[in-house]
This record gives sequence, structure tokens and C-alpha cells, in this order.
Amino acid sequence: MFPSRTLYEKVWDDHVVATGPGGRTLLYVDRHLLHDGSFHAFESLKQAGRAVRRPGAAFATPDHYAPTLGRDRIENPELRDKVETLEANAARTHIRLFPLQDERQGIVHVIGPELGITQPGVTLVCGDSHTSTHGALGALAFGIGASEVAHVLATQTIWQARSKTLHVVVDGRLPEGVHAKDIILAVIAKIGAFGGTGHTIEFAGSAIRSLTMEARMTVCNMAIEAGARSGLIAPDETTYQYLSDRPFGPKGADWDRALALWRSLPSDPDARFDREARIDASALEPMATWGTSPEDGVPVTGVVPDPAHESDAARRASKEQALRYMGLRPGQSIEGLPIDQVFIGSCTNSRIEDLRVAARVVRGRRAVVPALVVPGSTQVKRAAEAEGLDRVFREAGLEWRDAGCSMCVGMNGDLVAAGRRCASTSNRNFEGRQGKGARTHLMSPAMAAAAAVTGRITDVRKLGGSPLGDRIQ
Amino acid sequence: MEAFTTLTARAVPLDLVNVDTDRIIPARFLRRPRSEGYGQFLFHDLREGDAAFPLDRPEYAGAKVLVAAENFGCGSSREGAVWALKGAGFRAWIAPSFGDIFSENSAKNGALAIVLPRDRVAAIRDQLHASPGLELTIDLLTQTVQLPDGNTDRFEVDPFRKECLLAGIDEIGLTLRYEDAIREYEQRRAAQAPWL
Repeated sequence: MFPSRTLYEKVWDDHVVATGPGGRTLLYVDRHLLHDGSFHAFESLKQAGRAVRRPGAAFATPDHYAPTLGRDRIENPELRDKVETLEANAARTHIRLFPLQDERQGIVHVIGPELGITQPGVTLVCGDSHTSTHGALGALAFGIGASEVAHVLATQTIWQARSKTLHVVVDGRLPEGVHAKDIILAVIAKIGAFGGTGHTIEFAGSAIRSLTMEARMTVCNMAIEAGARSGLIAPDETTYQYLSDRPFGPKGADWDRALALWRSLPSDPDARFDREARIDASALEPMATWGTSPEDGVPVTGVVPDPAHESDAARRASKEQALRYMGLRPGQSIEGLPIDQVFIGSCTNSRIEDLRVAARVVRGRRAVVPALVVPGSTQVKRAAEAEGLDRVFREAGLEWRDAGCSMCVGMNGDLVAAGRRCASTSNRNFEGRQGKGARTHLMSPAMAAAAAVTGRITDVRKLGGSPLGDRIQ
Repeated sequence: MEAFTTLTARAVPLDLVNVDTDRIIPARFLRRPRSEGYGQFLFHDLREGDAAFPLDRPEYAGAKVLVAAENFGCGSSREGAVWALKGAGFRAWIAPSFGDIFSENSAKNGALAIVLPRDRVAAIRDQLHASPGLELTIDLLTQTVQLPDGNTDRFEVDPFRKECLLAGIDEIGLTLRYEDAIREYEQRRAAQAPWL
């Protein structure tokens, strides 16, 4: 009999191939996601003359450089080159590709779960830090660098040191107008941008259990913004229901076997974590960030904090620098801050539920600043169009685009201009992240939609639902 | 991979917490092939707006060690951040904590990410500010950082990383020696979860 184990420890134990130098573990990788930014790894593998060990375990799609307009013929030669290089690399190595025109194309972290590639208990890696997203299904998933991508391609394994475990327990009922994004921004504000470094976070508690699958992905997506390479949520009926009948998931007799395996994964009741943090969901408010670290989240009813209260000199200097960059002063109210544009999208908040929430806020209203809505995948786009969400956005004056990472990282040219203030549903408010000199305020899709129709950071609870009612169609 | 054994070099202080890899190298430079060099883009936008940026001060010219603050290299997994630091001549970085992925990426490129207690790192930065151009000696074998003031700090390093760095091991080559174990695992896994 095994001693009590956490979910993390169970998945880890299940994937140990060997113990190597210095006691490090060679861990097997079940699933590998690749994208148009993975060309460095393909190149180094090619130069070393090494083959891809198990092409069937890898899935590729363009997302970072994917244009969100004019895809039939990509005008920008640099973007075209990145998309075509991925196509050539996938063809050469026999890796399955969902090309730009494919119905299954999208942000890797949106299509993984959507296609059933991501499953409970698997190890999944990708050359992108937001790979933590997939932990929402109980997969041990983490971002890796280009050298590690090449290593996984060549060996289907990765050398890993076991991390510590952090139990983040979120109990209570989420108030109206408060969403998964607000939970994770509150968690990061509480434990800090390196509160989870060296740890794998398992999110638990009644508030997490009651979240939909997509909302759980939003939470795990930003585990990395608290420093944790992986975030996990134990699989349950919500997970199984979500996964049933996904194209790359188990079917028939395999489904029953898979289910039996998945049910054994949740942390044992008396499993020990190295650390614990608790959040009361019922006390949460809609959040927005003021600074240039995801830890800079405050309730929308709050004010910009004063760096003078920071005791550490480097920390004080950094927060002062953040205020200068953001063009803010201590004590300023978050609510009412004028914004110049809005971005609704990214691997954090671009799924169908996110779009529904945003559409309900803008319906019957009018965007007063430029606003971009970028679905996370082509399937999300089609689903939204079938529900008429695209029409709601367009009628409200928001732009409706094709799927990709877009303005979260701006690599495809969807950028925020210097000095412009953007209300964004993405995951990083770093200096220059959305464009050189761009000022990012992170928030939920509901809050970003409210900002679009008011031109200010607005408490979505005060704005209320659509003047036309909640039903769309 | 380039080995790392000992290094005696000038060190430069950077007094900012949460320096993310977007700041180390902005995303727009990542589309370039690595062979074209990343060093010239190190801290590109940060330097542009700050004439007194430490890396551009002549006293710190030729520095190979960066002494930073908490959570250096957080954020994006872009290995370009390490390539930019290495391209600009850096071989080691010292901080109270690093982004986990950045720290791993450093080791894969023959660079050493050294964790020391926050107070010690702050004291080293203070010394470097007070006497710019000071040199440190890092010895990976004995896991020590020697300062000009005579102080020696011992640091912890993951034994696997230490071994790989000291020998300059090609990790893929190492792993391929485990081919039998990998194949055996794959058979076991296929029996357990044939749908994967």
C-alpha cells in the first residue's frame, strides 16, 4: 500500500522512467504541444541530426504569430515565414499539425483540452509558460524552454526535480459579478509573484469545485504568474463530463478504463502539502491590476498602493518604477481610470464561456474605445458565431477576429501603442508585454467588457447586465 | 554544452524585483534565428529609457555576473532571455530567487543561476554600487562565491545541474543512454493507458 499522496505525487510516480545523475528523475512525457514559436527547438534538433522519437505524442498549431485578420494570404512576410516554418517542420518530422485554415486551429492551451489531447493524469509539456492551464484537467503540465523542447522531441522524456507542493484552498460562494479571473488575481496578490516558485499548486476548496471546466483553466493558466510551473485541480464529474466524446480522448471500452484510472488520481484525504494558503471566495470583488506584475491586483473598489510602505529597497524601487511606467500615483482610485482600448482574448480568457460573459455585458450598449475580441480557437469562434455572439460584439462596435494569441503578446502585430492604457483579459501586465510602452490592466472578461462600453475601469456589478436582458439569440 | 567550472569576473547590480523575461528580451526580437545573436537585445527597452542603466555604465563594462533581486527571469519560458544574457557576455546570475523555467534554461546553456539569501544578495549589490567594477569569484565545484571583501558565500545547487554543468554534458546524449528504460516504460504505459 502506498502512503497518502497528493495528485501531483501520483502523476509524478506514474511517469518515472529512471533515476539519473545527482538523483534526478527522468520523467516520461505523454503529450507534447508545439506552436509557431517552437522553431528554435526544431532547428537545434535538425542541426544535431536527431530524429523525433514519438511523433504521435506531439500536436502542433500556429498561434503566437497567427494573424487574426487576412489569413487567406498572409501579407507580412515574417509572420508567413513562421507559420510556414511550423508547417514544414511538422511535415518533415511527421507531427500532426492543425494548420491555420484548419477548424481545429487555435491557441495550444485552448485546443489541448478542447480536442481531448489533455487528459487527467497525463504529463504534458509545451514551450510556453502557460502550459500550466492543462492542470485544470488533472494533467501534470508545465512550460519548458527551447532546449527542453528539443530534448522531449528527441527522447519523449524530461529530467525533472520533484517540486514542493502548495495547497491553495478557495472556499465559499463567489458573489455575483466575480469570476475565475478574480479568484486567481486575488490568489497571486495574496501569495505574490514568486509565492509559488519551486512549487506545484493544487487548487482545491468548494469554490474551485463549483467552477466549470473552462473557469478552472483560467485559474490554472495563471499559476505561473504566482511562480508555480504547474497548477492542478483534481479531476471530478465536471472533468469527466467535459472530456466525454472529445476527438483525441478515450472511447468505448477505453473510456471506462480511463475513468477508473482518473478516479484514482485525486489527492488522498490525509495527503500532506508543503504549504497551504486559504482564500474566502465570498469576500472577493472584481479585480484589476494597477502595476507591471500580475501580483499587483486590487479590488476594483480599491486604490493604487503607495510603494513607500515597502520595506525592501529593491521592491520599493520596482513598484515606483511600475507607477512611472503606468502613469499612476499612489492613492488613485482604480475605478474610473480612463482606458484607451480593450482586449478580450488569450489562453486565459478566450473560451466560449468568457465570450458569453463579455457579450452579455456589451449587448445593447456601445463600445466607446477600440476593442478587440479574439476567440481562443477556431472551434470557439464557430461556436460563438452559432450563438450569435459575433453579431452582439459587432453591433456593439467591438472587432471580431480569427483565433490566436494576438494582443496578449503582440507577436503577430496586434499591439497596444506606447502610452496607451489597455483593459485586457490576458495574463501579463509586464512592461512592454502588449507593445513597447503599452500600459496593461488585467481583469476578467466581464470587467473588460464593462471598460469597453464606458471607456473607464468600471465596476461591472454597478453597470449591471445587458439592458436587453440576458438571453442572446 | 559549454561547461561551467570557475569564473572570476566583474559583476553588475540590478536593483529590481520581478524582472520578467519580456524585459530581458522583448517578444518582437524572438522571431530572429538564434544564430544571428541575441546579445544586442538584452534589456533593450529598459536600457533605451534609462541612460544610467547599470549595464551601460563604463565601470561595469565587461561584467560576466549579474546580481539581481527576487524572482529574476519570471514569466515567459523564452530561452531567448538566457541567449541574450550569454550573448552579452554573462555567464552567471545571483539572486534570492529565479523563475523556475528561466533557472532551468540557464543550466541548459552552461550558465549558472545562484540562489543566495535575500540579505546577502542585497549586501553584494550594495558593495557593487559602492565600488563599481569589483570582481567576484564563483567556484561551482566548492559551491562558493568569493567577494573582494573576503566574504565567501556557499550556495546550494541541484546535484544533477552541478554534474551537467561541470562536465558540459550534452543532455540528449545522456538520455539516449536510457533508451532501454524508456522503451520499457512505454510498454508499461501502453498496457495501462493504450488510448494515449
